[in-house]
Amino acid sequence: MTEKKEPFASHKTIERNVTILAAATLVTVAIGGIVEIAPLFWIDNTIEEVEGMRPYTPLEQAGRDIYIREGCYTCHSQMIRPFRDEVERYGHYSLAAESMYDHPFQWGSKRTGPDLARVGDRYSDEWHVQHLKDPQSVVPQSIMPSYSFLAETPLKVADPSANLAALSTVGVPYSDTDIEMAETDLFAQADPDLDTGDLEERYPKAQVRDFDGDPDRVTEMDALVAYLQMLGTLVDVDSAAAQQELAEETGR
Amino acid sequence: MEAVVGRLGIWALVLLVAIAAIAGAQDSGFAVHMGIIAAVALILMIVTARNYDPVGKAQSIFKMPTGPSRYDDDVIRWGVIATVFWGMAGFLAGLFIALQMAFPELNFEPYLSFGRVRPLHTSAVVFAFGGNALIATSFYVVQRTCRTQLAFPTLARFVFWGYQLFIVLAATGYLLGITQSKEYAEPEWYVDLWLTIVWLAYLAVFVGTIVRRHEPHIYVANWFFLAFIITVAMLHVVNNLAVPVSMLGSRSYSAFAGVQDALTQWWYGHNAVGFFLTAGFLAMMYYFVPKQAERPIYSYRLSIIHFWSLIFLYIWAGPHHLHYTALPDWAQTLGMVFSIVLWMPSWGGMINGLMTLNGAWDKVRTDPIIRMMVMALAFYGMSTFEGPMLSIKAVNSLSHYTDWTIGHVHSGALGWNGMITFACVYYLVPRLWNRERLYSMRMINWHFWLATLGIVFYAASMWVAGITQGLMWREYGSDGFLVNSFVDTVAALHPMYLMRAFGGLLYLSGAIIMTYNVWMTIAGRLREEAPMGETRHDEAADRPIVAEPAE
Repeated sequence: MTEKKEPFASHKTIERNVTILAAATLVTVAIGGIVEIAPLFWIDNTIEEVEGMRPYTPLEQAGRDIYIREGCYTCHSQMIRPFRDEVERYGHYSLAAESMYDHPFQWGSKRTGPDLARVGDRYSDEWHVQHLKDPQSVVPQSIMPSYSFLAETPLKVADPSANLAALSTVGVPYSDTDIEMAETDLFAQADPDLDTGDLEERYPKAQVRDFDGDPDRVTEMDALVAYLQMLGTLVDVDSAAAQQELAEETGR
Repeated sequence: MEAVVGRLGIWALVLLVAIAAIAGAQDSGFAVHMGIIAAVALILMIVTARNYDPVGKAQSIFKMPTGPSRYDDDVIRWGVIATVFWGMAGFLAGLFIALQMAFPELNFEPYLSFGRVRPLHTSAVVFAFGGNALIATSFYVVQRTCRTQLAFPTLARFVFWGYQLFIVLAATGYLLGITQSKEYAEPEWYVDLWLTIVWLAYLAVFVGTIVRRHEPHIYVANWFFLAFIITVAMLHVVNNLAVPVSMLGSRSYSAFAGVQDALTQWWYGHNAVGFFLTAGFLAMMYYFVPKQAERPIYSYRLSIIHFWSLIFLYIWAGPHHLHYTALPDWAQTLGMVFSIVLWMPSWGGMINGLMTLNGAWDKVRTDPIIRMMVMALAFYGMSTFEGPMLSIKAVNSLSHYTDWTIGHVHSGALGWNGMITFACVYYLVPRLWNRERLYSMRMINWHFWLATLGIVFYAASMWVAGITQGLMWREYGSDGFLVNSFVDTVAALHPMYLMRAFGGLLYLSGAIIMTYNVWMTIAGRLREEAPMGETRHDEAADRPIVAEPAE
């Protein structure tokens, strides 16, 4: 028998005491996450703002909630990587700041369908509506499910102000006016008969029109198309100012 | 009697609160969920009222009264049944969505479209099938290795049923469109809170049982179970931090945004793999492989190194899910380096498991359960090599966003988690129900080959699909333009999707055979069959070769 000095003698203490074992385990598994995640809350590259970014309008946010509800992220990414083919196919690579108001993020992990980070303004509203109703009628080889029920479902948000208030709690800079006006803004953006007030001043580059081709009512299709049409349209990534900012950031 | 009245009162209260919540619900999904909770409370009221005969009927269903000198195995029996049941549900959902990708007409809007069923599939296999297997085996192992009964038997039953309620709420939620879209953490805030309560109860039962152990040392399997329970609690709580819009609505918004949210999610997501599907299942390996092989674990020292290095390194690997995204480069590189280093402890664990068979390798031929365990470890080794390889940034630039990742996940999930779970189920069922043996050993053999063949079809087709699509996306013609439109790359994958679905069908068929086998074993039947691994004596062949004259 080899009963000489046991090099792992100290482990005997650990494996005979569940408190020490549990505490040591917790410390061991906590380290990696702290080192990697914590700095993201203060380094330049991940918290800086870029010109043009603004919170979602209530209608866009409602569309985003539908996007999440339907699990669009299971097949579509919203994160363009800095490769020649991706930049040519989808546009400028995505910046961290472009998803700074995304609670939760929608970068995705799988591209069964194309990336959508900059899909806004690339197709007409009619194309989107037709594509969502019957994808194969526009792209015959597509394997996307159809979402025609969205056009039949009136947009119902229980309390739009509460949505914005909750987002404001987690750090999205909605003003008190934004929160107060949420219900009005929600419908005014998609209903040509309603007065938009100062919606377009509070939300620069907001697109105001009927999106689903049915001006008589505001449907979930309106909200989803409004969201898709604004994706990637807020920041002018090729402008001199944006390029300057990219060059100066630290923490990359 | 007073206790019964008290309990009736509590359930009545829960029922009333649930009904009030239905009335005030902000969205229909939340109302349905409160309806489920109301139904559960109502069932519990009826059960409480009818079961006044105290220890009662629940035990009689399983015909296994337990005394103080026996291990407390009721929860484990339920857990094994739940594992088989949810496994079937999860595999079926998987086959369904695999077919949807080959035949998009199979999407039935709104409830059965791919985007809603896919989280149902992942949660059903990971949390319902895998989770029940973990709860059942951890309760089984901790009692045997500590030589004591479960601490807090009532709490243990709460853990089981509470966990089933979590599964039902999560699964129905996805179909109703209730999701926070964080992969493998899709359930909304109130379901997350419920799971936190159940999980802390699980921790209490597990640690409580270790505390009252009669063995001086805590066995290595229990280290892994403990690390799994503690780490999953940490990951679950942090990743699900969110602000609900209303106390009467299902929607909440994540506490983090953008890049912070992304890394928190993949810190969670990768370690759901690392601790739920790896540490917990390694614990199963550390108990059931030595037991079935009737050999001690190969190396105690390797177990110590394996344990600490695995749990330390795994946590760092999350950023490899975010290569070339807006996550800072240093975090990506750190994630890549740790992922590659992680290869070593992973293979350390595989070696510790495989070498346990030293001196018993003949059992691979004679014992189909050992054969399944060996195949599980082989797939574990294969996917823990593939993982580090895919985490290399250059490789990832091709593989990310493609089906290669899907194939990788499934070689781990079907090969490692599935196979080791099936082996444990086959080990447990005759012992838990006091049967002489399983209904049929030959059916295990069928299950083994169907599952293995299924995985081969699955993994191979997804490798081809992933590499094909990755290369097509980046293909340039001599004119300097991209060659393929996106939809060209979709159309190219159709044959691969068919082969994948076929692989899934084979795997499901194997599981159906297992279900039948387990069912018949519990029913107390024995199939008449020739024993496995026996080489029969062939009288005709037992003679020298003699030259026969030509005619």
